[in-house]
Amino acid sequence: MEQVLRRNPALRGWLLVLPAAVFLIIFFMIPLLIVFVYSFLERGTYGGVIWQFTLENLARTFDPLYFSTFLRSVYIAILTTLISLLLGYPLAYFITTRPAHQRNLYVLALMIPFWTNFLIRTYAWLTLLRTHTGLINVSLTSLGIIEKPLPLFGNDFAIVLGLVYGWLPVMVLPIYAALERLDKSLIEAAQDLYASGAQVFRRVIWPLSLPGVVAGSMLVFIPSLGAFVTPAILGGGKSLMIGNIISNQFLAAHDWPFGSALSMLMMIVMLLATLIYFRWALREGVQP
Amino acid sequence: MSNRKSMLLLLVLALSALILAACGATPQPEPTQPPAKPEPTQVPAQPEPTEAPAEPAKVEPAKEIVLFNWSEYIDPEIYTQFEEATGIKVLEDNFSSNEELLAKLQGGATGYALIVPSDYTVSIMMEEGLLAKLDHDNIPNLKNLKEEFKSVPYDPGNVYCVPYQWGTTGIGYESSQVDEPASWAVIFEAKPDDPWYGRMTMLDDARESFAAALVYLGYDINTTDEAQLQEAKDLLIKAKPGLAGYDSDTFEDLVASGENLLAHGWNGDFLVAQEDNENVAYVVPQEGGVVWVDNICVPSSATPEEKLAGEMFINYLLEAEVGAQLSEYNWYASPNAAAEEFLDEEFLSDPAVYPPPEVLEKLQYIEPAGEAESLYQRLWDEVKSS
Repeated sequence: MEQVLRRNPALRGWLLVLPAAVFLIIFFMIPLLIVFVYSFLERGTYGGVIWQFTLENLARTFDPLYFSTFLRSVYIAILTTLISLLLGYPLAYFITTRPAHQRNLYVLALMIPFWTNFLIRTYAWLTLLRTHTGLINVSLTSLGIIEKPLPLFGNDFAIVLGLVYGWLPVMVLPIYAALERLDKSLIEAAQDLYASGAQVFRRVIWPLSLPGVVAGSMLVFIPSLGAFVTPAILGGGKSLMIGNIISNQFLAAHDWPFGSALSMLMMIVMLLATLIYFRWALREGVQP
Repeated sequence: MSNRKSMLLLLVLALSALILAACGATPQPEPTQPPAKPEPTQVPAQPEPTEAPAEPAKVEPAKEIVLFNWSEYIDPEIYTQFEEATGIKVLEDNFSSNEELLAKLQGGATGYALIVPSDYTVSIMMEEGLLAKLDHDNIPNLKNLKEEFKSVPYDPGNVYCVPYQWGTTGIGYESSQVDEPASWAVIFEAKPDDPWYGRMTMLDDARESFAAALVYLGYDINTTDEAQLQEAKDLLIKAKPGLAGYDSDTFEDLVASGENLLAHGWNGDFLVAQEDNENVAYVVPQEGGVVWVDNICVPSSATPEEKLAGEMFINYLLEAEVGAQLSEYNWYASPNAAAEEFLDEEFLSDPAVYPPPEVLEKLQYIEPAGEAESLYQRLWDEVKSS
């Protein structure tokens, strides 16, 4: 046995990858395949599927009702990504400028929110944002700063706020990793060649940190697009995203095939967005 | 650094995020376990003198069962007492709508010995073969049920289900800030200068919210007429800007805390909220509303051991004192005639719990929509996405 393995490095490799492969096939590929197959079947009246081929579910995903929610979700996800980038980049840069022993502390601080369940943290936001009993509005009105409570809850503002809060750390970490690897002598070289601060950033730092920006953006954009806990809680059930529509198809409307079709559409869009973004980033990154 | 390689690495990272996103966190509470406090009250079961069918093998009850129930619908003490009496531990898991319960069972969820669907969902579950027939020999306390609950229209003779509690759907309000709403118009015709505008919720439940709109328009709450349903949908969309949200879980707490002033919801929930704020009140508007009966049933996916333990628990709930204990906890009317002896006169005469006859006659059961189910859901999607 040992000898066989020693003589066949390829076999060794396959054996190493086997556990993960089996896991992924059973728990990732097969469920995905079920979703794919279901999206072409007819619905049972109260859930389940009828084994009858149809393209109606896929056609229905372009129904303006659902497609407009979908576009709105894309908009919210892009907005969340941009805000996270604007907040996260300076933060990541700040951390890289600290002495080495402090950096780890900052990174640890970034990770601390993950020690508490996301659902609980989202509910905590409710205590702050509620229109009439939330901490922010109660403080502001009792101090006489505002007369009418601010519309902080049950709208897109609350959803984007909740999403940025939730995903900001995963934007910061890859950018930090990219910036930390950045060779400082390149910055000095640029300065020696009389580049201004803005030029150093635009021509040296930004292009070299781009892989981190791309990774961070994808890590924020993808879960934001599929978000469903945040809009369900902070949107007050009034502002929906595509994730809520999909979960409703399964948990309320008994329409599994349509829920599957919407999921497929979402995955296709995510994949396309990812590919386009990577191509763009690759081109940008290669140019000096 | 090779750019291509790092890009590939990032792609892998992004893909794993995609998987994460697909998994998503479902807000699903862990089965909770009640704190221990002994207080045994077990009346010995009296076997009914019926010709017992030859049982193939002696079944021992399961040591631990899971009850799939609405949240805060049962006094956790009951679990402790039941465990003291029988040695069977009851764990609880919660759902927040009949549709969710149905979807989970249809999706193949197992491990539940008992479920608590409402009337119309019982009909659907019977049709879909999701319920197991109850063995009445194990539930001698069925005799404690009121006559009208022994012959409920959706399950005459309690073949599959035993009524658990019953109640109505109407409007709860903060009585120190809002006058008693006479009509559903307070929700559907709210004006921006009304104090409750933007401070009310409707149930996040297609059938319940449509029922409210339909009853206000003077239509049957079980209509399958598309024109009437479209009209109800337009009404719901019209009312949406005045709503703080759609909420089936915390609507009563939000009225009690002063966040909201009005809520479309279930009577008992508001009555429980009176403990936090005595000004919370409940009314069925003059146009009428929904009456419902929640039932405790055994899903067909339960093992024989779970089923037996489940039936023992149903029998325990039907005891006079336990039935009273249940109503004292959740403030819903009991279908248990024997329990009334142990309930306060104040509770039994509360019109918010036991509606007077003139209100009762304006209340209707929700019935399964059948083929119109997808129409209801499609219109509800339109309301929620508007």
